[in-house]
Order: sequence, then C-alpha cells, then structure tokens
Amino acid sequence: MSIRDRKDFWSGVMFVLFGILFVVWSREYQFGTSQRMGPGYFPTVLGILLIALGILVALPTIRANAPKTEIGNIGWRGLLIVLGSVALYAYLLPWLGFVISMVLLVVISATASNEFRLKETLISVVVLGVASYFVFVKGLSLQFPVWPVFLTN
Amino acid sequence: MEVFSNLGLGFATAFTLENLFYCFIGCLLGTLIGVLPGIGPLATIAMLLPITYQLSDPTTALIMLSGIYYGAQYGGSTTAILVNLPGESSSVVTVLDGYQMARQGRAGPALAMAAIASFFAGSVATFLLAAFAPPLAEVAFKFGPAEYFSLMVLGLIAAVILANGSVVKALGMVLLGLLLGMIGTDVNSGVARFSFDIPELTDGVEFAVVAMGMFGFAEIILNLEQKEDRSILAAKVTGLLPTMADMKQAAMPILRGTLLGSALGILPGGGATLSSFSSYALEKKLSKTPERFGKGAIEGVAGPEAANNAGAQMSFVPMLTLGLPTNAVMALMIAAMMIHNIQPGPQVMTSNPSLFWGLIASMWIGNLMLVILNLPLIGIWIKLLTVPYRILYPAILLFCCIGAYSVNNNVFDVFMTIPFAILGYVFKKLDCEPAPLLLGFVLGKLMEEYLRRALTISRGDWTVFFTRPLSAVLLGIAVVLLILVFSPAIARKREEAFQGDD
Repeated sequence: MSIRDRKDFWSGVMFVLFGILFVVWSREYQFGTSQRMGPGYFPTVLGILLIALGILVALPTIRANAPKTEIGNIGWRGLLIVLGSVALYAYLLPWLGFVISMVLLVVISATASNEFRLKETLISVVVLGVASYFVFVKGLSLQFPVWPVFLTN
Repeated sequence: MEVFSNLGLGFATAFTLENLFYCFIGCLLGTLIGVLPGIGPLATIAMLLPITYQLSDPTTALIMLSGIYYGAQYGGSTTAILVNLPGESSSVVTVLDGYQMARQGRAGPALAMAAIASFFAGSVATFLLAAFAPPLAEVAFKFGPAEYFSLMVLGLIAAVILANGSVVKALGMVLLGLLLGMIGTDVNSGVARFSFDIPELTDGVEFAVVAMGMFGFAEIILNLEQKEDRSILAAKVTGLLPTMADMKQAAMPILRGTLLGSALGILPGGGATLSSFSSYALEKKLSKTPERFGKGAIEGVAGPEAANNAGAQMSFVPMLTLGLPTNAVMALMIAAMMIHNIQPGPQVMTSNPSLFWGLIASMWIGNLMLVILNLPLIGIWIKLLTVPYRILYPAILLFCCIGAYSVNNNVFDVFMTIPFAILGYVFKKLDCEPAPLLLGFVLGKLMEEYLRRALTISRGDWTVFFTRPLSAVLLGIAVVLLILVFSPAIARKREEAFQGDD
C-alpha cells in the first residue's frame, strides 16, 4: 500500500518524533505534581499532546481516498551552498575578520543561483562591503573584528 | 478627553529628532522590502532586532520596527500593481485589480488610490488604537494567572484558526514552538533544560535566530528553486491623480475596508492578510457590478489596501495591552520589548507611558511619511524592482548573519540559524506554516509560568480554569472555535474565504 497524502503523512510523523524526543528528554528533569510543577512537567504534557496531534495528522492519510500530494524535489544545491556559506562565515569571522568573511559569504552564496554572474557579484560585494562597513561598524558600532586578527595584533 | 492628552504625550515623544529619524528609517526600509518580493517584514525585523539593542531607548527601537511592518504594506502594493506579483502576502488581492488597472494604463491612479486608502485607514486605526487600548488594558488588570493562561490558549487557537492552512498541522506547529521555547534555564528550578551542556543554550534559543533561519534563510533556499520571472509593466508612471469619479467609487470601499481591517486586526491570527482578503470579498459582494472585479475595478484596490493597513496597525492592540502576539510580527515586537527588559502586558501603558503613546503617535507620523515616500518617489521604487533576486539574496544573507552575530556578539547564534533554516525548509516542503511556531515559541515560558502559578494557588486543582468565570469564558470561546472549525460546513466556508479570487 502506498501513501497518497505524503505531505500530511510525513508532517504527522515529524510531530510524533519531536513529541517523543521531548518526552524522553524531559524524563531527566523532575516531573513534580500539578501543585508543584517540576521542570519536566510542562514539556512532558506538551510532548504527549504533540504525539497525539501527530497521529491525528498522519492517520487520515492512510485512507484510500486521501488527496494525493508529493513532497517535491529537495533543492540540495541551494541548501548546501547557502547554509554552507553561512557556516563558513560564522567559522571564519572570529579570526579572519568581517571583511574577508563577508566577501566569501556573498560570493559563495551567489553561486547557488542558476543565473550567477561573477562580474555582477563582485560589484555587489564592493557595494555591500562599503555600505555595511559604514552602517554597522562606523554607524552602529557593532562589535566584531573587521580585519584578520593576526594582522591587527 | 484623556485620549487627547495621552496622544499629546505620544506626539511629544515621537517628535524628537531621534525618533523621527528612526521612524523614517523604519518606513523607508519597510517600503523597500515591501516592494521587493522575496523578503518580508518578518525576516527584516528579525534581522534588525538585535541591532536595535544598540539604541539606548526602547521606544526608538519599537518605532523603527513598527515602521517596517506597516511600511511594508505600502510597498507591497506597488509591486502588486506594477509587476502582477504580491510584494507581501497582504497585497495578494491587490494584484487582482491593481495589475489590470495598470494594464489599462491606469497604474498611476491605482498606486495613488492604494496610498490614499492606506493613509486614511492608517490614520483612523491610529486613533482607534489610542481609544481601544486603555479599556482593554483595564480588563487585563483583572487577570490572574489562570486567566492569562486561558487567554494564551485562546489566542493561540484563534490565531491558528484564522490563519491559512490546515488547523491540526498549525496546532502541531504551536506545540512544537512552545516546546522549543522551553529550551534554556527553567526560572523556577534553575535547571537548564534541553541545553545538552552547551553553555550558550542555557539562555535559550534567541528568537531572532529562529525567525531568521525559518523565514530568512529557508525562504531564500526555496526561492532559488524557482525561476525568476518579473516583468515590470509601466516603467514610467504618468498621471498619478485619480479622477473625481475614481474618488467617488473608492470612498465607501475605503471606509468599509478601514472598519473591517480594524475589527479583524485585533483578532489573533488576523492582521493585514486576512483583512485584505475579507475586504475584497465584501466589496465584490456589495458591488452592483461584481463582474468588473478582476478586470480593473478601483474598489478592488481601495478596499483591501485600506483593510490591510488598518489590520496591520490594529494588531498592535492585543500586543500592547495584553502582551499577546496575534501574528508572527507581533511576536517579534514582544521579543524586542523583552530585549530591552520591558515585560509586555497591561502594565506597559502605566509603567512606560511614553513608549506606549509614542509608538502609537509615531504610526500616524509614519503613515504620513509613507505617502510622501510612496507617491512622489515612485520612480525610485520602480528602479529598485529591476534589481534581480540573484543580487538581492546574498545581501539578505549577509545582513542576517550580521544581525545574528550581534545578538550576543557571538558566532554561536550565526551557527544556530542553520538548523532552524533546515527545519523551516522541511516545514515548507510539508506545507506546515512556520508562523504559528513563532507564536508558541515566544509564549512558551510565559505560559508555563502562568500555568504553574495558577495551579499553585489552586493547590493543584485543574478545575480552577473553569471555576473562575473570566477564565471559563476564554476557554469556552476557544472550545467553541475548535468545534466550529472542525464542523464540515464551516471548514468549507473557511477555505472559500482564503481563496478570495473565485
């Protein structure tokens, strides 16, 4: 038997899994009584409710006349490049500083688009770099290393 | 009347140079992101929320963030009319007739009418907000922990029902949000929950980080999967002014839209989008010539545009008076107050009167600024529309990363956006709306605290929620709403209401 309404089926499964996770994690914390609620009380109750709701979402999808839905393709390329460039930015910022990290972030993330054009991206790097330097570093004096740490020390 | 003296204080606060400046910045940014499809007020406010921490005065911060929200309603209509693409979800119905008007060479009057309608609605809503907020706060002062808990239950359920999509799934998202809100140190026992010995997690997950990941990053990744198609109809808008006949036709729809939006805006889950949909449906029903709708009827632009602006502004009422967020943007506003150590609730009006009234007054000033920003400067916004998404999204990413870092001046928060972006992506693929999750997330710890206090007072007796009359009424409404929404006849009606363009 194949599931017709895949979106709802997997939503339900996801809710049940999250519910179980939180209920299990909450077992580490004191449950208490309703008069003296422990730190585990509320999350456990919520987790059980979430499991119940998850079943409520997933169950009707097994019916033969459930509407047919597909989850669709996963955009791995976009996911990896966009989130990868964010991770790289976060990793490099403390020691390579804002300027280098932001150039890498903008250029790498821009390649995720099918219509990537290098020249255009380089122009926007310069514009963004100058603008954010004046707005965030000078104007709002946000605290982060601007240049590589080993150069400034 | 007290309203006037209060508004006087408000205008005195809002008219300081600094507040005017940030009000302007907020409106400018709001129009900007409203015009640009692919980035909404939610992601923008999340991005700027940490940065407002640098501002010494929370009033200034809130004035700017609010400007982004209602400014986006103005900007969104520009894109709707000129590109046949809603800049914001609240301008979806403006596309229907606005774009048709533009095709008939009447882009100017359509844009002007949208701005006039928005300004009128915004002005009325500012006054209504000032008039309605104090009595509501009065009621809220009678609330004990049991009532607050019930109010939040009702608020969350109503928000879910009035929002688009499956109710059961949205309820699941609320619960998940409440659970994620539990992460961090429990105030009562001092136990660090779900923090897995990561020191940064003992303070909980930052709200802005969740919002940026789910609404900023996940949206970008989803948008990259689609091909970009933006053709601007009128590169030059000529003849801005609507004719006398236009004004006559639009007058009543504007008035009705304003009232409808004001009423729906207060409701949880209401706000701009629902208001504009309902107004469009109403105008079409009342019209003697409904066949003109969808073919460039000016009523179809004026009504919804008035309604979405009124709705956006009135959704501040429950947030300011009860501390109850009725939509995801208001949840962010609450987070902004908390960053500045202001506990949202009815006491804000008495403990921070200048914040409360200053914010309200700034909305009227902001609306005035927006008319100026939107009509004479329309050419600039059209230029902006030619910036392709492929240039836009790396900039959004960068600003989000800067914003996330400045929450605690720590890259940990930048890293944390990644799991939430993945979650947001999965949610979208499964048709689970992430907005209810944000509502739950911001209310999680508060709800737990009210539940705990209510049950401690009642010695563990759960019936306290039904024996206290106010609390019983609130829960009763919640139950009735749930029964209604699951009855087949109503469910069908609800689906129709969200179609809007049938």
